[in-house]
Amino acid sequence: MAKFRKNDKGEIPALNTSSLPDIIFMLLFFFMVATTMKETEYLVSMKYPEATEIKKLEKKSLVSFIYIGPPTSAYRAQLGSEPRIQLNDRFATPEDIQAYIATEREKMKEADRPKMTVSIKADSNTKMKIITDVKQALRKASALKINYSARQKVE
Amino acid sequence: MARKIQEINAGSMADIAFLLLIFFLVTTTMDTDAGLGRMLPPMPEENAEEPPPINERNTFIVLVNSQDKLFVEGEPLDISQLREKAKEFIANKENRDDLPRKEMIYVEGLQREELICKTAVISLQNDNNTSYKTYIAVQNELMAAYNELRDEFSQNEWGKKFDDLDKDQQTAVKKVYKLGISEAEPKITK
Repeated sequence: MAKFRKNDKGEIPALNTSSLPDIIFMLLFFFMVATTMKETEYLVSMKYPEATEIKKLEKKSLVSFIYIGPPTSAYRAQLGSEPRIQLNDRFATPEDIQAYIATEREKMKEADRPKMTVSIKADSNTKMKIITDVKQALRKASALKINYSARQKVE
Repeated sequence: MARKIQEINAGSMADIAFLLLIFFLVTTTMDTDAGLGRMLPPMPEENAEEPPPINERNTFIVLVNSQDKLFVEGEPLDISQLREKAKEFIANKENRDDLPRKEMIYVEGLQREELICKTAVISLQNDNNTSYKTYIAVQNELMAAYNELRDEFSQNEWGKKFDDLDKDQQTAVKKVYKLGISEAEPKITK
């Protein structure tokens, strides 16, 4: 009694790939969850300074960003390589910061406003002058909670 | 005769999923925002009174000049030694006269009084030409000094690291070693 009939033709049966989509979907969901879309296009290039005592910024919605660094290659011809300030999608001067903070604050919920954090994302080769100007402008706008963006130092 | 329902061919499902996967792979930036958190001092009011002068022993002046050299309490110092020096100042373990004054203060989380340097302030001054990199390195060292002292205290008190403590305990430790880094008003330096 041949209960187990041998495939007498000797063919290799087709590989069952029906679980492949499941695996791919799993990966897909991982990346969908982990993805944060870049909100602004950088006009300045930044290489953050290194530090060891860094803390993660918790709530993205409470954070406004100020980018400082030399303009990217596309703008270098017009603007030179001196570090510049970028707010949203355009170049700015320290005088614009107060207005920027005001609009950012306006966008937040009333209850969240005191918790507003400003993240200063500056290139490590920037001179302190521009940073000090930004800090003074932030003080004027009374946005006192700041965060200096840094990378984790690998030892 | 009932027709046999044909199985749906799911072979292309993988292709669709792959397409989406590649899209998200490309757009993903695992850019987690991290950094050193600080509080800026509020802008002084127009006709505010001069703040009372801080006692010299209660301040620890760190000056970073335009050549990125450090001067701590008037003397040149290498950045690698800054952490130890700052720890010595903040804690004032031997209760020395030239380091910040200590007071017995009741700490809620500990339910006892503790000797605390209440008014110790680290004043960080910089030049316009100081590089941001050095500035952050100095900030980092100062922060590390506080973190090490806090860890040490937590370890003695509860046998745990500061990060593993609960909220009340953290508040207590924060009271004992209160973060006092003042980012000085910009000064005109030569």
